[in-house]
Formats: sequence, structure tokens, C-alpha cells
Amino acid sequence: MNVIRPEAAPGRPLAATQGLVDVDIHPRVRSVKDFDPYLSAEMRHRLHTYGNRPRHGFVKGTPYFKSQPLASRRDAWTPEGGTPASDPAFTATQHLDFHGVDVGVLNPLQPSGQGDMNNPFSVAMAHAVNEWQLDQWIAVDGRLRASVVVPYEDPEASAAEIRKRAGDPRFCQVLLMSRTSHPLGNPKYWPIFEAAQEANLPIGIHAFGYSGWPMTNGGWPSFYIEEVSEHATSCQSLVNSMVIEGVFERFRQLKIVLIECGFGWLPSVAWRLDKHWPTLRDEVPHMKRAPSEQIREHIWVSTQPVEEPPRPEQLLDCMGWIGWDKILYASDYPHWDFDDPRHAIPSYIPEAKRAAIYGGNARRVYGF
Amino acid sequence: MDLHPMVPGLAALEPFLDPLWRDQISQRGMEGFDTQSYPPNAPKTVRADWRPADGSKPACTIEQLRAQVLEPWGISRGIVTPLYGVQLVFNEDMAAGFTRALNDWTRARFLDEDTRLAASIILPMFNAEHAVAEIERLAPDPRFVQAMVLVMGETPLGRRHNWPIFEALVKHDLPLAIHAGSSWRNPVTSLGWASWYMEDYAANQQAFQSTLASLITEGVFSKFPTLKVVLLESGVSWLPAFLWRLSKTWKGVRFEVPWVDRSPIEIVRENVRMSVQPFDAPEDAETVDRLMNHLGSDEMLLWSSDWPHWQFDGPPRLPPGIGPELMQKICVDNARATYRRLAWETVP
Repeated sequence: MNVIRPEAAPGRPLAATQGLVDVDIHPRVRSVKDFDPYLSAEMRHRLHTYGNRPRHGFVKGTPYFKSQPLASRRDAWTPEGGTPASDPAFTATQHLDFHGVDVGVLNPLQPSGQGDMNNPFSVAMAHAVNEWQLDQWIAVDGRLRASVVVPYEDPEASAAEIRKRAGDPRFCQVLLMSRTSHPLGNPKYWPIFEAAQEANLPIGIHAFGYSGWPMTNGGWPSFYIEEVSEHATSCQSLVNSMVIEGVFERFRQLKIVLIECGFGWLPSVAWRLDKHWPTLRDEVPHMKRAPSEQIREHIWVSTQPVEEPPRPEQLLDCMGWIGWDKILYASDYPHWDFDDPRHAIPSYIPEAKRAAIYGGNARRVYGF
Repeated sequence: MDLHPMVPGLAALEPFLDPLWRDQISQRGMEGFDTQSYPPNAPKTVRADWRPADGSKPACTIEQLRAQVLEPWGISRGIVTPLYGVQLVFNEDMAAGFTRALNDWTRARFLDEDTRLAASIILPMFNAEHAVAEIERLAPDPRFVQAMVLVMGETPLGRRHNWPIFEALVKHDLPLAIHAGSSWRNPVTSLGWASWYMEDYAANQQAFQSTLASLITEGVFSKFPTLKVVLLESGVSWLPAFLWRLSKTWKGVRFEVPWVDRSPIEIVRENVRMSVQPFDAPEDAETVDRLMNHLGSDEMLLWSSDWPHWQFDGPPRLPPGIGPELMQKICVDNARATYRRLAWETVP
């Protein structure tokens, strides 16, 4: 967690011998006007008049106020005063060049229109965000890869957007937010999984978004510290749902990458499902494989946040239970909890495993 | 520590109800408070060999409890906690009325029948004043050794409007037991309603994390440092990773909750206990050993059977790799330390 850069000197982790891939970079518009060229007149009017309508009540900002402006590092505003990660050149200077990143995956967050209450607007915005990524980022810096932003509450339109981008090597994954309006395994969303599998694109699920439902199954919490922690429980629920609904039985080639979701909880979720599957399987005969086996095969996780146990070997246990081939380095640039690659992966992790986390694993799952 | 006698039906509560509520059962054709959290016919809800062969109601009499648990397993003390869905009733006066009757049913049908038994005070959480009144009504009877709420309530448990309840519990040296299950005020996931009962059951694991996070961040343990919280049917293996993350986030944003003056890891080790069943980890001694290491305390686990829920077959046993010293703590010492009322031993 760094509000400002902890070290003035540039540098790349020595252990990144299989390349340094950052699977979580958040490009941002300078202002929503940047999307204008990619929107119809009707949608431009809507964007500037009614704006984004996520499933919460505030016109500006978020219902749980972040710990920093735009949840960003204070030094990430561009020299011209632009918003964090709004300028590819400054992003390169401050992050890609500075830390020696070879490949960076773009995960645009709001104002992307994902999860908007109005589906046609969300569809139009997703298309605009994708075009904007190509024009403003991918064309400028060859190290970057785009995500197919999809209007996931309209799964048919999402599938169409995925098929439009299939085969374009500038896109490396489909991007969803973790807080969907239904548990993600719900058959409502299966057109997205079908199209992603067909296009051979992993689905990156980034923590955040607003489902419209209380952030805990016991009601709305009070604090940002709770909201942040509850990303773990929301992601647990989506994993439970995907396994129990039989998504991984139906889509055997599907790859899910959980980004900024934390990962310490994943072994326990798998164990809990394994524990109760034998006593509940009369209800779910469509589940053929043990839940832990499905999770081990289909789910990858990113670092940032890395849980911090009191003793180093406890983190090693946990990473081993998930699988050393399943963990991908993420910086979360330009956010306040940004992880410098030199410090994010503790040095007590054996070097070959660190190399896989820095690059090898991401290259395999994304095919870089 | 976690025995669940099942109320056979609303008629069983009639002798304990005020006429106002008793009359409404038949007048309105009320059909009973069995909850979707434990569908009565599901294999999970009652282990097959604990269902009577003649098709009569399972797990609802002291004779069944004796024959299935107390006698064969040599239980010296047990805590009964009915899971009849009084928490689901929206009318707060009616909820309080039926909760009082439920607690009196437990006292008459179980506590008065067998001195090995203690019980939970079921709390009507829709209204904190009602909950406090129920604690004050039953606390003088030392056989009530804790108070119980469902893990999925209407609002997060740590919210300030619940603090008078915690104050009353501390005053009477009663631990707060939080049990799996929902009051059905909110979807069982933060992503909405789930398709399968298995998702509902799995969702308890998320609920326990959210509830602990609420109690900690609202400052309940700063205000009531002696409050003991016991998690029932919570599972175990989720706790360490949850605490690692919450403690890390607390380091980053503690300005928001300045009353949280210790790491959540420390708070939980001191104030929170959990029942051992269902033990959600692989059946190998090495993994269990690592998990115990992650838990970081040998004082947190309490033995439980979760009768009549189907969590294991045959006689109960502890997870592999738990040595005799830890076994003694889990089966006896930790419970004695948690439930000081169990030692009072006096019956009024």
C-alpha cells in the first residue's frame, strides 16, 4: 500500500526472468468527453445529461468514500494536472518504464458504464471504452493489451461484443466486475461464458462494481474498510455460484482470472464446498467433479492485495494450496494500494516461483 | 456445544404463548416457522439414521436427544439451541412473543428434563429493546449460558443500535452465540438471490466474515472488551485468511475507524471462539496441522456435534492430526473457559 512511490530509483525485480507481466493497470479518461467520438448522438446526450447510473445513489463518487481521491496515489496525477493513468506517456514514465514492465493488461473501471442500470447505455459505453483503449492506449504503447469491456447485465449484447473482438490480438481477456446483479454462475450470464470460450479469451473478473444488493448478506455495512473487505466475500459468492450452477461442467475450457480479489480465501472456499458436496449432492446432480478440482482447473488469481499473515510460511502454505502456477502479479497502478513489483512478491518465496508469478503464469494463461 | 432440537410445529409452542398470539395460529392458519436455511426434508438438515423409521418428527424430544447423542457419546454437558425461524417474522411484537414462547419451550422440554443440558436464549433482534428484555427475563436462570442470533440479520450485527444488547450480555456474563442461518431480510449473497440450496448453505461462510468485520470495525470489542462471541456451525478454515486481509486493510485505512486500537487478529484471538463442526478442511493431518498453525491459538475451538444436521457419519471424531492436549482443550477446557455459567451448576 503506497500513497506515494516508496522508492525514487527505477528498477525491475531481479527474479522476473520469465518477463514482467502486470495484469492490473487502470487507464482512465481525462474526462468523459474522451468517449464522445465513439458514441451516437443519443448516447452522448445521455452521458452528459444523466450520466452513469450505477446501482447506487450518488451522482458523483462512491457510496463508501475511498481512502484517497480517486483511490489513487497522490503522485499519479499527470504533470499537467490530469487524472491518474489518463496519459499513456506518463503511465509509461511512472510505471511501465520505471519498473520494467514487459506486458500490461488494461482494466478500465468506471466511468466505463459496466453494471449500469440502463442496458442500452451500458452496451454503447462498453463499445466506446473498447475503441478508446485501442486508439488512446494500445496504438501508443505496444506493451499494453486491452480488455474486452462488456455490458454484462445484457449478456447477449456482451456476447456480441466479445465475438466482434475475437481473434484481435490487441485484446487479451473479457472484463467483468465482481459485483453483478445476479450471482455470476446464474444461467443468465452463460452467453458471456460461451462467447469467451469460443474466442479462447480468459475472463478477468475485477473486484468492484455495484450489484444493487447489500454488500453483505446481513445488510449494508458502515465503513469503507468493510466495503473493501467485502470484496472477498462477493468474490467467494461468485465462485460458489459458478461451481454450484455447473458453469465449469458446461464450459470445460473456460478460464477465470480473479483480479484484485485477494486469494487467501480461495482454499477455504474450495474445502467448504468439498466438505458439503457429499451431503448436498442430491440437489445438484449436475456437479460431476469435486468443487476443489473445478476451482483448481479453471481459476487463476492476481496479487494485490496479497494477504499478510503473521508468519511467512503461512503465505507459502496458502499459495501452494491454490497452485504456484495460478498466481499472477498485479500492480493495481495507479491506485493507492499499488504494489511495486520489487516488493510485492516477498523474497522468501523461492526464485523460480517468483519468476512464474511475475511473468510465466500470465504468459501461459493469456498466451502472451 | 451445538445441539438443535427441532420444534415439531407451532402447536408445541401454544402452552407458552400469550393468548393474543396463540389465537392467531388457528385464526390465521399459520403454517409454522421452519426456515429455508434448513429445509426439514433435506438430507443435510437431519442425518438419515436420526430420522425415526416410523416417519414421525425427528430430533424434537429429549428422548431422541438422549438416545442419539447424550448416551452413546457420553456427553457430560450440552447446549441446546433451537433453530425455529422466529427470527423471520416481520411483525416485531409477534416475533418477540413467539421468541419468548420458544425459549420457554426449550426450558420446559429440555432443561427441566435433563440436568446435563444448558441452553441459548434466542434473541428477537428486530427490536433491540425486545432483545434486552428477553435477556433480562432469562438471565437469572443459570441454565441459559449464552444468547443466540442468526448470522444473517437485517443489518450488520455490530451496528450501534445493537449495543444495548451487548451491554446486557456483558452485564450477565453471557457470551453472544452467532449461528449459521438467515433471517431472510437480505439476499444470501451480495450478488443477489441464489438458485440452489447448496449456495444458501455455502453463503454462511461469507456471512460469518461480514459479521465479524462489522463487530470489529464498529468498535464493539473496544466498548465491550469482555464480550465473548461464539461462532456456531461457522466452519473454521476461512478465519485466518479473513483476518490476514482485514488486518492488512486496517493498517492502511485505520484513520476511518480510530476506535479499533488493536489488530483484528488480536481482537479475534481474545474475544471470539468457534465450534469445530463442520470442519471444512481436507482429511489429512498435515493440512489440519498447518491450519491450526494459521489459527494461531489453541483456545478458540469448541467441540460440537451440530445434531441433528448431517455433518459426519457414525460417532463424532476430531479432524486428523489433533493431538491429545489440543483434544482436551477443544472438548472440555475451552468450553469451560468460555461458558463460566456452566460452572455455576445451580438450578433455581
